[in-house]
Amino acid sequence: MNAGGPAARLHIDWTVCDGRGLCAELLPEALTRDDWGYPLAAPGRIRGSGDATNVPLTGAELVPAMDAVKLCPLLALRITRP
Amino acid sequence: MSADTAVEPVERGAAGQSAASRLFAGGANAGHAAHLAAYGTMPRRAPGGSLAQELEASGLTGRGGAGFSAWRKFAAVDLSRRPNRYARRTGAPVLIANGAEGEPLSFKDATLLHNAPHLVIDGLLAAAEALGAGSMFIYAGAARLEPVAAALAERADARSIALLEAPDTFVAGQASAVVNFLETGRALPRDLAGRLAESGFKGRPTLVHNVETWAHVALVARYGADWFRAEGTAEDPGTRLVSVTGNVPSEVVLEVPGGAGLGDVLASAGVGLDAVSAVLVGGYHGCWVRPSGMVLSTGAPSGGAPSGPPSPGAPSAGWVRPGAGVLHVLGVGRCGLEATARMVDYLAGESARQCGPCMFGLPALADVMKRLAAGSGAPDLVREVERLSALVSGRGACHHPDGTVQLIHSALETFADDVRWHLAGQCLAAARADGAAQ
Repeated sequence: MNAGGPAARLHIDWTVCDGRGLCAELLPEALTRDDWGYPLAAPGRIRGSGDATNVPLTGAELVPAMDAVKLCPLLALRITRP
Repeated sequence: MSADTAVEPVERGAAGQSAASRLFAGGANAGHAAHLAAYGTMPRRAPGGSLAQELEASGLTGRGGAGFSAWRKFAAVDLSRRPNRYARRTGAPVLIANGAEGEPLSFKDATLLHNAPHLVIDGLLAAAEALGAGSMFIYAGAARLEPVAAALAERADARSIALLEAPDTFVAGQASAVVNFLETGRALPRDLAGRLAESGFKGRPTLVHNVETWAHVALVARYGADWFRAEGTAEDPGTRLVSVTGNVPSEVVLEVPGGAGLGDVLASAGVGLDAVSAVLVGGYHGCWVRPSGMVLSTGAPSGGAPSGPPSPGAPSAGWVRPGAGVLHVLGVGRCGLEATARMVDYLAGESARQCGPCMFGLPALADVMKRLAAGSGAPDLVREVERLSALVSGRGACHHPDGTVQLIHSALETFADDVRWHLAGQCLAAARADGAAQ
């Protein structure tokens, strides 16, 4: 993450997400997967008790993030303001 | 727990100052006549200024658990309802009194709805007038709604209030679940992009308060902010209801001032500190604390009050947030880890099973806590608790996973000695109980 803060955030609707994992494949720097396959902010991406539902994105990640939003089979993702 | 036998308003405040009951001044199961005799009629305007000004000056915080400023929510709805050049018209605000009280250890809302339904109604009506609200709802389980229905039938000014029967689940009282229930009939928390105050029920500005908060709003509207602040402390003004359960002579609801000493409150409930190992404050989403020297407060007390780290539920010092007002007593000789494991197991079962990290993470946590409680754990069990806690934290549509993690963390801190004994295959509480018996 650059010093200027995130360019945007990837909002995950947990009530819809089924852990298919496409987003983690498209955004390998930003997301890993947890024990059960659900997207998890990569280590260091969220400091302290930060908001794990709105994952900060760099400018370079915006395009793949938009792909992830479009391709998510459950429409569980949204790009929100930083 | 029966609402009508459990009521026992305190005559004297736990902190020593007089705290004659504010919320139960009308007596048990107060009808409209008793209500008006105790409180008088509602003024057309709040005594000092507008209701918004009085609420801000009163410092009233939500009594449902989160303890958020009542005025800030009110102001956010007030702002959203005003036509904005850039925003679409949002429609008249919706007001909801939430008495679902899914927390199994809490019965203060049931008691309030039984004794003082007219105060809750007055609070809604005062805010409706100030905000130009269109719809009002009182949301609670079927049994709790009976006295409310009787109260509504007694008066002609409350026809615009509708009753909503809440399902009996732990998460049914989460604010977004309440709005979801109104819209879809399913009381499940939902994904929120913004705040309910901006876009809640059908996109309208929506103000959801706990029923007790609404009752205090009615009193602030009647008597003003200065009157409200005459009880409690500068950091935690006013009074609140607490439900005292667990190893107690009888389960009671008490009204106590903000900043009350936990030991004094327990004494009012007939519980001596020497019989208490720990107290769960705030409920299943709350914190275990050792009660000695502990103060119940929504904010760090200043001045003569004991100083403590400014973190919620710090186990050994100072002050603890009252949350939804639950005080659950763990008697000496009972094992806190075992009690916590049972609670986590219950909470895992109460997951709405919508959000993966909660649906899978809470049962995993419950399993680890069960092993820790059984004393059959390996030394790395605590590290596994920490890892799973980090995995579920903040990853849900509501705070159910976060509240569960808070409970577990406070247990590991408060019962740190017990954890060491359990990892060695023995139970400290059992050893103490044996020692006391000999």
